[in-house]
Amino acid sequence: MGSRASTLLREEEIEEIKKETGFSHSQITRLYSRFTSLDKGENGTLSREDFQRIPELAINPLGDRIINAFFPEGEDQVNFRGFMRTLAHFRPIEDNEKNKNAAASEPLNSRTNKLLFAFRLYDLDRDDKISRDELLQVLRMMVGVNISDEQLGSIADRTIQEADTNGDNSISFNEFIKVLEKVDVEQKMSIRFLH
Amino acid sequence: MTWLHFLSVSITVWLTLLFVFTIVPAVLGVSIGIRRLYLTTLLKIFEWATLRMEMEAKEKNQQLYKPYSSGIIVKEPPLSLQQGIQELRGSASCLHSEPEFEMADIFYFCRRGVESIVDDEVTKRFSAQELETWNLLTRSHYNFRHISLRLTVLWGLGVLIRYGILLPLRVTLAATGISLILVLTTLVGFLPSREFFLTEKVHVMCYRICVRSLTAMITYHNRENKPKNGGICVANHTTPIDVIILANDGCYSLIGQAHRGLLGMVQRAMVKSSPHIWFDRSEVKDRHLVAKRLSDHVADKTKQPILIFPEGTCINNTSVMMFKKGSFEIGCTVYPVAIKYDPLFGDAFWNSSKFGMVNYLLRMMSSWAIVCSVWYLPPMNREEGEDAVQFANRVKAAIAAQGGLVDLIWDGGLKRAKVKDAFKEEQQKLYSKISRSLDSCPDNCHLDFLIPL
Repeated sequence: MGSRASTLLREEEIEEIKKETGFSHSQITRLYSRFTSLDKGENGTLSREDFQRIPELAINPLGDRIINAFFPEGEDQVNFRGFMRTLAHFRPIEDNEKNKNAAASEPLNSRTNKLLFAFRLYDLDRDDKISRDELLQVLRMMVGVNISDEQLGSIADRTIQEADTNGDNSISFNEFIKVLEKVDVEQKMSIRFLH
Repeated sequence: MTWLHFLSVSITVWLTLLFVFTIVPAVLGVSIGIRRLYLTTLLKIFEWATLRMEMEAKEKNQQLYKPYSSGIIVKEPPLSLQQGIQELRGSASCLHSEPEFEMADIFYFCRRGVESIVDDEVTKRFSAQELETWNLLTRSHYNFRHISLRLTVLWGLGVLIRYGILLPLRVTLAATGISLILVLTTLVGFLPSREFFLTEKVHVMCYRICVRSLTAMITYHNRENKPKNGGICVANHTTPIDVIILANDGCYSLIGQAHRGLLGMVQRAMVKSSPHIWFDRSEVKDRHLVAKRLSDHVADKTKQPILIFPEGTCINNTSVMMFKKGSFEIGCTVYPVAIKYDPLFGDAFWNSSKFGMVNYLLRMMSSWAIVCSVWYLPPMNREEGEDAVQFANRVKAAIAAQGGLVDLIWDGGLKRAKVKDAFKEEQQKLYSKISRSLDSCPDNCHLDFLIPL
């Protein structure tokens, strides 16, 4: 006779998450329901295997990198707060009008933070630079075995050439922002959550 | 002494009531209407309970939990990989006319990935669906917080009724039904020639008792399309009870693995009176053997239609998953049947990774009732130029449309197994084609079986 959510989310926690991420009350409870349904071990945290059980994510070429983005540096488990913090990057920017909180810091779903999320998918070692190797790794993940090493290498070189302005043969975050200034990041990196 | 006396009297009364109100109607095939009354009363109680919860929530100025049956996110119709990437590149600045790679490309995969983390089509099919209103069962109690004292009392009453009255009643009926199956089918088996008339009567009577033991209310639609001899009956699979639901209205030959123990005994008894197909564990792997036995059975027009569940596993009745093509290769008439359960009175879905069979049956017998609709669809045959997979998909689409279920290409086996790497490799291949700016796909590009990300 067990109930689905072994621990109900307390009101204080919901309020804290609301302040931090900007999600509404009902969105948080629904996402909590989703979190617990993914948590097969029922211990309040998700592991990498829990994510990989989602078939649509498992066939995504960048699936592993996306899963990585949820886990803090060096950790193997993510709790609900961390889960929500990462998802908050994908809130549409328009939604901020409805939840005006007096937060001094930039909201998690600002354009810059969305770009930072994408930047971190490339920059695995977190040294704030996308090196040629890191770029090659991501390219290889996306094309699989279908393009040769030489061709991929030249694609990487060309990309770095176009983006690199200070000549250090790697792409910094500012150079990344510059390359993508014409892209509608707000729309492409947003998910419309139902209220 | 008076204690014993009291006990024997109450048991006699109990059995008489049981006999008069359930077994006799089952044997004769009439319905008194008790179940319908029961269900309408329950419905009124549930509505009242939901109203009370809403009132409580309003008083406390909080929001009532809304289950995510209507979705957590808005999913726009999925853009194909090609369209998605080209849209992204359209807005990015292109320094050369045919871009091979843009840094913005990852946004497409990134968003799709996070969308699938929040709400994907597959994992939610393997657990019981959430209800819109609470039906006074703890098992369907998610985040419903606003339970007042009155509701708790009602719930407690419900527990007493379900476990104290309904459960013993149903268990008795089930035991009666199963023993009758064993005894009567063996008896009929002793008759010189297999009297089909008698077999049918015995069969239907036993299944009617089993149905009543679950308090199942079944509505059959389009009975003129009922499966005929020499064909295969195909249905979506939610629970082992599906067999009882369908067998209540006709005789089918079952196909499956030969078990040991009580189930094995029942299987051997059933074979004595009608031709079922039971395989040994070793034979199950041999696809040719299976196909041969199926076609032999189907070729014999005196034999009943075979009942097959092509999904291969239990799905939670919100969708229909990939049909395995084996049964569609045989080349006989297929009679599709759609079964849709109403989860409000008791969710029939068997989550085999969470509950064993006995636990599941106990849960079934302690819910309020099992309510379902069965639609018999017009028979289908394989058309010219259609291969088994396309035929299977056509049948699946028809069943999904009739039952109001989502038609998915994903394999039900994903409940336990990991998705094949081949799918990821197809996505990579598609993306690399865009990177090499090939504008047309070669003719043998099997895009139709690809799942859009």
